[in-house]
Formats: sequence, C-alpha cells, structure tokens
Amino acid sequence: MHKRTFLKLSALAAATVLSLPLMAYAENATLKIGFVGVTSGPAAAWGISNQRSMEARAAWLNELGGVKIGDKTYNIEIVAFDDQKDPKRAIAGMEKMAQDGIHYVVGPNVDDGAAAVRPAAEQNGIMYFPYSFPKALFSPPASNAILGMVANYQSGPAIYKYLMENKGVKKVAFVAANESDPLSQRESGIAAAQALGLDVVSGNVTYQVDTTDFTPVLLPVIQAAPDLLVLSGVSPANAPQLIRSARELGYEGLISTETAQDAAVLQEGAGDLAEGFISVGGASTPELASDTMKEFVERYTKMFGEYNDESNTKVYALEYIIETLKANPAAIDNVEEYKKTIDTFEAPNPFMKGDAKLKYVGMTSFGQKRQVSVPLVVNEYKGGKFETLFVGQVD
Amino acid sequence: MEQIIANGLYLGAQYALIALGLTLIFSLMNVLNFAHGQMYVFGGFVTYTVVVQLGLPFIVGLLASAVILAIMGAVIEKFLFAPVVRRSKRDESTMLLAAGIAFFLDAVILLLFGEKQRGVPKIVNGVFNWDMRIIMPYDRILIGVLAILLIVVFIAFMNYSRAGRAMRALAQDRMAAQLMGVDVARYSMLGLALGAMLAGLVGGLLVTITGVNLGMGGPTSIKAFLMIMIGGAGVISGAIAGGFILGMMESVGLTVLSAYGDITYLVIFATLMVFLAVRPQGLMGKPWG
Repeated sequence: MHKRTFLKLSALAAATVLSLPLMAYAENATLKIGFVGVTSGPAAAWGISNQRSMEARAAWLNELGGVKIGDKTYNIEIVAFDDQKDPKRAIAGMEKMAQDGIHYVVGPNVDDGAAAVRPAAEQNGIMYFPYSFPKALFSPPASNAILGMVANYQSGPAIYKYLMENKGVKKVAFVAANESDPLSQRESGIAAAQALGLDVVSGNVTYQVDTTDFTPVLLPVIQAAPDLLVLSGVSPANAPQLIRSARELGYEGLISTETAQDAAVLQEGAGDLAEGFISVGGASTPELASDTMKEFVERYTKMFGEYNDESNTKVYALEYIIETLKANPAAIDNVEEYKKTIDTFEAPNPFMKGDAKLKYVGMTSFGQKRQVSVPLVVNEYKGGKFETLFVGQVD
Repeated sequence: MEQIIANGLYLGAQYALIALGLTLIFSLMNVLNFAHGQMYVFGGFVTYTVVVQLGLPFIVGLLASAVILAIMGAVIEKFLFAPVVRRSKRDESTMLLAAGIAFFLDAVILLLFGEKQRGVPKIVNGVFNWDMRIIMPYDRILIGVLAILLIVVFIAFMNYSRAGRAMRALAQDRMAAQLMGVDVARYSMLGLALGAMLAGLVGGLLVTITGVNLGMGGPTSIKAFLMIMIGGAGVISGAIAGGFILGMMESVGLTVLSAYGDITYLVIFATLMVFLAVRPQGLMGKPWG
C-alpha cells in the first residue's frame, strides 16, 4: 500500500471512530423541559438559580450520552422564559411552552405567577413545579402543580418549635415586604406561632422591596422587644440589610426566615452582624451531599462562575421529572400518565448519601402527593458559612 | 422624635444626591433619563468589584465609579442622545431612547456582575447611641456627611466654575446661551457625564450600606422622579429640597403610620397628587418650564 493511501485511510478511520459518539449524540431525540420564572429584577436570584441548575444538570446528562426513557434516548433541552415576576408574563410564558409542545415546566417562583398560570397549564396538559406555597395549587381539585421545595407553613412551625425548646423563645415579631408572597407567608407564620403558644408582639410592619434604609422600618418592631424576629418571605437582596439594621438598632435576639439564603451574600451585606441568622437551607449539607451532588456543584461553578446555595434544592425538580418519565415512558407527552405514576413513584436520590429516595409527598398538607421530597435543612449562619442546625423531613 | 429626624436627614441626603444628577440632565437637555437608576446600580457594582473583588481601598472604588460612569454618560450623550435630539423634535423620542438604555444597562449589569445581591463590608464599625434617643451607625453618618459634602461641591461647581455657569445658562435658555457663544454640544455632553457621575457616586457610596442588586434601577429612577416633581423639575435647589422632603416623609410615615400597615407610600403618593394638582410645577419650578 502506498504511504499516501495508508495515511488517507488511517485519517478516515480515525475520523470515523472519533465521530461515532458525536453521531450517537446527534441521533438522540430531544426532550424539551421548560422553565418559567423570574430571572430579572430584585428576585432574579431565585429564578436564575433554577434555570442554571437545570442547564448544568441537562448539560451533564447530555454529555453522558442522554437520558434513556423507554426505548428511546433523549438529550435534554431547557427552554427558559423570564416572567419578570409578572403574572401576565408568566401566563405568556406558559402558553409559549404549550406552543413548543412542552409538557413539563419548572416554575414560576412566586405565588401570584404560580396561581396565574394554572388555567394555561391545565388546559394545555402541562405539569409545573412552582416554588410558591398557596395550598389551593396543590390540593384537589388542582392536580397539575407539584411544589418544588418545602413550604414555609411546613418549615416555620419546625423552626419555631426548635427555638422555643432550645433557645427559650417566647415573644416573636414578624416583618414582611409589601408583596403577596411575603405577606401570605407572614400570615401563615403568625398562625403557626400562635398555635404553638408564642406571643406575637409585632405582626403588621411591612416594607417596600426597594427600601434603602430599614432603620425606620424596624424601629417600632425592635421597640416591641421580641425574642425572635422573623423575616417572612425575605428575598436574598433584602435579608442582609434587614439583619444589619436590626443589629445596629441594638437588637440582640434571634433572627430567622423560612426562605433560602446565600452565605456569600450575607457575608458581604451584613458581615459579622449576620452571625446566628437562621434560615431554611438548600436541601443539602456537607453531611448529606453525595459525590454526585459535589460534582454538580463543581460543574455549576465551572459553567457559571459562582455557585448559588439555593441550587441545592433547585437541582431536584428536573431530576424528578426525568426519573418519573423513566418510570412511566408513556408520560412523555401525557401528563395524565405522569399523575398516575406519582403515588407509587420511588427512585434512588442521586444527590444524597445512603439509600435516600426520590418520592412525592404532601399528603398531610395537600391531601394528595403533589410535592417533591427534599430534606428540610435548617441552617445557622456562622463565620461566613452555613452550619446545619437540624434536618427534618416533610410528609 | 430625634430618631425620626435623624433617619429623615440621612435618607434625604442620599435621595437629594440621586435626584441632583437626574434634574441636571433634565434641565440641560430636556431629557427624562429613565436610565438614571441603572447608572446608580452600575456605579454600585463598579465600587463593589474594585473593593471586594480586587481588594483595593474604598476610595479607589468610589473614584472608579465616578470615572466610569462619567465616561458612560459622555458616550451615551455623544452617540445616542445628541443625534436623536438633533433629528427629532419630539420629546418622546428621547424618552424612548432613555427607556431603551435602561433595559440595555439592566442586561449589561446581569452579564457583567450577575444576579446576586452584592455589598461592600462596613467601612466604619460602631454605632452612635445618644441615650437611646438617636441610634445611628457611624458608617451611615459618614455616608450622610459625604453626600452633603458632594452636594455642596456640586453647587459650588455649578455657581463658580466656568463650565457650571455655562451649563446653567444652557438650562435657562438654550438658544440665548448658544448665541452668547456657549458650546452647546460640549456642555450637553459634560452635563450628562456629570449627571451619570453623580448617579455612580451615590451607587458607590450606598453599596456600603444597602448593597446593590440588578433590580434596584427601576425603583430608584421612580423615586428620583418623585423627588424632582416635588422640588420642581430642572431646578437644582428643587431636587435637593425634594430629596430631603421625601426622606423626611418616609421617615415620619414609617414610624407614625407603621401601626396601620404599609400605607406610608400610599399617603406620600396621595399627598403628591394633591400637591401637583395645586402646584404642578413643584416647589421651585416655574410654570412655564
């Protein structure tokens, strides 16, 4: 064989071998999963952590060759829509998902958006995973929404009870932004506190989300001398400022919230004044995180430059969708099949050590299984990072 | 009561500084700069990057914010506002352009600085406590004093410098100023650069207190418009008065009305509507513009 011919054949063989995985990758069908949530404005951190979690996990699964559902292998494509925290935009987003033939959507991130998209989701056969808490969305006759995290009426009582028993809390005050989510979370927080026998010394002080000085807002609250100050539904943007103002006004009691926060944001915004701040963490701790979770954090950080602690929870929704579809491939374009699978579904939880399972819960709160099961992790901020105070589970 | 007044003065000083840049741009170019809040946010992020990411002193961050925003303002005027003002006689053209710039800056901020709340650690520790009658952290006092100092420097610049006098002439009567030899193009660019620089400086100052995030731009612009409507659009002293009045109204409202829920801004807006119905030109504005 001539040397030139040999070289040509070798190059052709090498190219064929190298392109085989790519051909396989390209041959996969595409499974589109939607995201409708807030990725701009003051609450952007909530939605962006959702979207990036989905994109990071999808890229990883695609790199591994895709996801096998039934006898077909799919590449996952994330289709994102920024609803700007506006219910009208959220509806438009859900309708866009329907036009794209998408049946599984993560989001919206807030109460009014999640409530607004319900008709569009139900009419178009879409299952959606909101990060908002109105019980009506998850209780019969509603059946298309699945709560993507632990609700404040589930975490709040657990936190108050813990603080009553371990820190001697007797008097509690609530502060909330003048928006639907924080206000409804404040109301359920007050009800939970009163049910536990706590004395609610202040429960009607609110603030605008664009407040630049919280001193006048917190002054009357601090004067009521609570043992515990609850920042109901506080966004990561407002939490450091509220903590800082409360401490600077001389408040020495406990401060808590039922929303997820970011340690780096607290460190930069409140520094040492945030010591002891209690919040609901992402559903992972160093003790709970599996190697898969650790690799996810690495991949996310590599992809987007910085990790967001909220993604410890937000990584789950996509996993639940994919694993449920694997359990019942007929659900890929039929959400009624998906609903049939929910009650009995169980799969290994790749993000937790041990034999933890992915399964749907919510019977106690909603009367049907319409919530993903993630650990309820309650954190305390110490020395620039979160330390686990306790871990619970929601039924 | 002392605490309410102290809170009002602190809020007023920062508000007045925000409103100054906006009213300057309006008076010089008759442009409602909807991107003013985004410029403020950009300034905050620049200071954050210089101080926290690069580990340089706060003053360097503040200067970087001032310089970068001044350049941004000059470029925006030269390549965007000036051609539109030249070609279109309709006010809404510049309004639309300003709104477009606001959206554009929002997107740039998201790309460059991300979605998270950012903050610069306290530059001064400790809290001033006068017998529990006035409680004010030292860093707020420092920022309040710096804000007032900047206002004084700005007024002095406008009153006693050649450029300041030229800009005031331009604001009073553009045509007459041009006939008297004032270089309209140059001073318009300088005015927008100065306005943007003020926004950047406030952003840089307040990032140490309130932090900064992507979504602060729009609400900041709305508050700034509120202040210049109270004081009189295009009047420097009106912007300062508007800032302090709004700061004091907020401080009093949040304390006195807190028992009735979040009605402070409801009351402020209702009062403003009645006030504008009686005096549409604001406190110090002229009815003829």
